[in-house]
Amino acid sequence: MARRLEAPEVNAGSMADIAFLLLIFFLVTTSIETDVGLDRMLPRKELIKVPPVIAERNILPVLINGEDQLMVDGDRVELNELKGLTIAFLDNGGASRESDNYCAYCQGNRDMKSSDNPDRAIVSLMSSRQTTYGVYIAVQNELMLAYNSLRDRESQRRYKTDFTFLEAAYSSSETPNILKSEIKEKMRSIQKLYPIKLSEAARQ
Amino acid sequence: MSKFAKKKDGELPAVSTASLPDIVFMLLFFFMTVTVMKDSSLKVRNTLPVASEIKKLEKKDRVITIYVGAPDAQYEKMFGTEPKIQLNDKFSSPTDVGDYILMERAKKSQELQNVLTTSLKVDKDANMGIISDIKLELRKVNALKVNYTTGSGDAFNNLK
Repeated sequence: MARRLEAPEVNAGSMADIAFLLLIFFLVTTSIETDVGLDRMLPRKELIKVPPVIAERNILPVLINGEDQLMVDGDRVELNELKGLTIAFLDNGGASRESDNYCAYCQGNRDMKSSDNPDRAIVSLMSSRQTTYGVYIAVQNELMLAYNSLRDRESQRRYKTDFTFLEAAYSSSETPNILKSEIKEKMRSIQKLYPIKLSEAARQ
Repeated sequence: MSKFAKKKDGELPAVSTASLPDIVFMLLFFFMTVTVMKDSSLKVRNTLPVASEIKKLEKKDRVITIYVGAPDAQYEKMFGTEPKIQLNDKFSSPTDVGDYILMERAKKSQELQNVLTTSLKVDKDANMGIISDIKLELRKVNALKVNYTTGSGDAFNNLK
């Protein structure tokens, strides 16, 4: 009679089979998605009646032709030179000390023939219809690298952290909201120093 | 008599499979968390380029995806080898992009409609012509936030 008290054990042997079945179902119906990339804002579609007058020294023309060759400011260059050239252009700060456009934080060559200050410097990216997308992304990446390294430098100098680190902290859900507004403030100030002014055009 | 009496030789103890379900469940949960449901099957070749200055894409419900690439081998006879746009499950021309975006936008809830991102998943061997066409269409419908979806890695690998 005492034997009835102990409940019989459930056979868990088939549990593994059931779990395998579920596992295979999820393996088949789902995929690991890539969810990272380069963020860009397209310009608004507006009819600009009078194109703004921009001095030639404030524009850095970057051209990619149909054979995926790169030309910066009239010279044929390789992709690994692009970052340095872009930084030199953005960080030039050519405006004289007396003018309103003087760039106090720039560490460039102060060449009169290059950009006045980072706020005015525009990178003009032109690609041909035959340009390969991979090369275009590589060029975009190098340009972003140039902007980010300048922003990092300025952020290091002012706040002793990298700009990219601030960005990551801002988008992280673990950062408390009180900190976020402070981080946003810092990010704004850095973005103001080196705004991303990238104009894009496709040539036939 | 002794407690430590040796078992009889030749009798190997069976390997316990009691923890097998736990291991399989662990795998199951791993896959459940890192993957997402497929919503459309890919009909184009889609090897994404790589970049290093990348940002994470926002939540999935705020993203509209456009695929571009050369048609897969099984569609090559019908659609040729030039890169094509895939919207949802069918090949489309650049002029359809605007309508598609508007349609997808209308499906989303009101508060999300202004914060949508268009994710361009483009094969790295596609040419820029088709991309500029898409960008022009996106600008027409005011879908200005674009994410060139890439893998992460050294961008110089794209040149090879």
